[in-house]
Amino acid sequence: MGVEVNNLVKMYGAQRAVDGISFSVQPGHILGFLGPNGAGKSTTMKIITCYLPQTEGEVKVCGYDVVHQSLEVKKCIGYLPEHNPLYLDMYVKEYLEFVAGVHRLGAHTAKAVDAMIERTGLTREYKKRIGELSKGYRQRVGLAQAMIHDPQVLILDEPTSGLDPNQITEIRDLIREIGKNKTVILSTHIMQEVKALCNRVVIINKGKLVADETPENLQHDTGNQLVFVAEFKGEFSPKNLHTIPGVEKTVSLGQNKFRITANCDIREDLFAFAVNNKLVLLSVSMEDQSLEDVFRKLTS
Amino acid sequence: MLSVLKKEINGFLSSLIAYIVMAVFLIAIGMFMWVVPDMNVFDNGYANLDTLFSMGPWVFMFLVSAITMRFFSEEKRSGTIELLTTKPLTDWDIIMGKYFAGVFLVLFSIVPTFLYYYTIYELGAPQGNMDIGATWGSYLGLFMLASCFVSVGIFSSAITSNQIVSFILSMFLCFFFFIVFDLFSDFKLLGSFDSVIQYLSINTHYDSISRGVLDSRDVVYFVSFNMAFLWFTRISFGSRKW
Repeated sequence: MGVEVNNLVKMYGAQRAVDGISFSVQPGHILGFLGPNGAGKSTTMKIITCYLPQTEGEVKVCGYDVVHQSLEVKKCIGYLPEHNPLYLDMYVKEYLEFVAGVHRLGAHTAKAVDAMIERTGLTREYKKRIGELSKGYRQRVGLAQAMIHDPQVLILDEPTSGLDPNQITEIRDLIREIGKNKTVILSTHIMQEVKALCNRVVIINKGKLVADETPENLQHDTGNQLVFVAEFKGEFSPKNLHTIPGVEKTVSLGQNKFRITANCDIREDLFAFAVNNKLVLLSVSMEDQSLEDVFRKLTS
Repeated sequence: MLSVLKKEINGFLSSLIAYIVMAVFLIAIGMFMWVVPDMNVFDNGYANLDTLFSMGPWVFMFLVSAITMRFFSEEKRSGTIELLTTKPLTDWDIIMGKYFAGVFLVLFSIVPTFLYYYTIYELGAPQGNMDIGATWGSYLGLFMLASCFVSVGIFSSAITSNQIVSFILSMFLCFFFFIVFDLFSDFKLLGSFDSVIQYLSINTHYDSISRGVLDSRDVVYFVSFNMAFLWFTRISFGSRKW
């Protein structure tokens, strides 16, 4: 079931904010939704959650159409909007009980609220007004309200923005756990997050889909360049590094430390180079091409 | 709908809004009824609640506009409208939840004036000498009038994200429907059409119901007035999807 987006178009006046996007996500998958600011990520998410109507195309959530069966769609979605709007006057627990009531959890309300407070780490804060909470805790409240009814589909618009590193790890664990048997779509600007969490990446740029891949494939597919960082001990001319076959570029990273770009694995050659030049090779490591680079290539 | 209603009422009660509205209403009315010379019950010499029912609409015009102005405007401004509309609630659930919360608050501030009723009842000479039918009719009229103001206020709130605009617009519309049609018909400019204009005024029906006779025309008017403005709200609120 999951989420199916078919040829989605959204016009704002004459501007095509979303321009013919198609993708689908199945339960058990966490989809990372990437793109530069203004690419149409949030707009797409708002259409999936029935907040905005699309201009053209079709979106199905759990088999229900977002336009004609919006109530059914809303029942099976948990949504954390961008900027995480909250009722600042309400108490944390009161707010979660309200959301539980909206989802008609009935007799399960108290249990669901307590479980959510526990899972999102709000145990010490749930007696406060939401307005008194720091940004990180508000973010947890936003996540708690999105997940309280155990939704089939979870849509998270920048879920970890404004959190400290510890909180980020906790929230990621939470999302990963939910992603095991639910459908999760999350947008983010943080590439490590995609690598750490997602098993699919969709990149959009100016409303168009530019990539739909696993993070691993995305890193490998864009050119077979490899990056090495090597540190030597001893004196030598850096230009000599270019005598190694395959080396394309060297960048000095300080005292005898270099970032070397090559089109094949040159680790053995580096070792031989050090021996031949009577140097000591202190360290050598191979880096994957970063997702940031891929992102930049695809969206510029 | 019930969860929205509960949330709004809790919002009123946990903030100061509910208590301030009640206090202002009771103090304003109480002042004119018992304290202000020449207007108070003792100087007046009649055991009736006329002051309450003549001042009530004017006080409600302010208060109801003040409590309804935030209903949609604040949610739009703070973005919480996105939360509300992406939950499994219909537009009617949201609108009616808020409407009934407003009506509840109005009721909440009218009920303490039953104390005035009791006092007047006891003050009558002989005791209990007051027009009971007319008084209860007036209470019903006041309640219906206030619910009209609530529907107007909700509509004003739905068309703007600015609370001040909503407040002023709501007051203007309440004033307009309460009295302007009535006054306009006094000009006798439109011949037989004057009675239609007069029929549109809240005041006409408020006066009529205050006499203690429950005329179906008045009830139909009040109910359809509420429904009309709730429909306008529905259209305005639904227009986000256009």
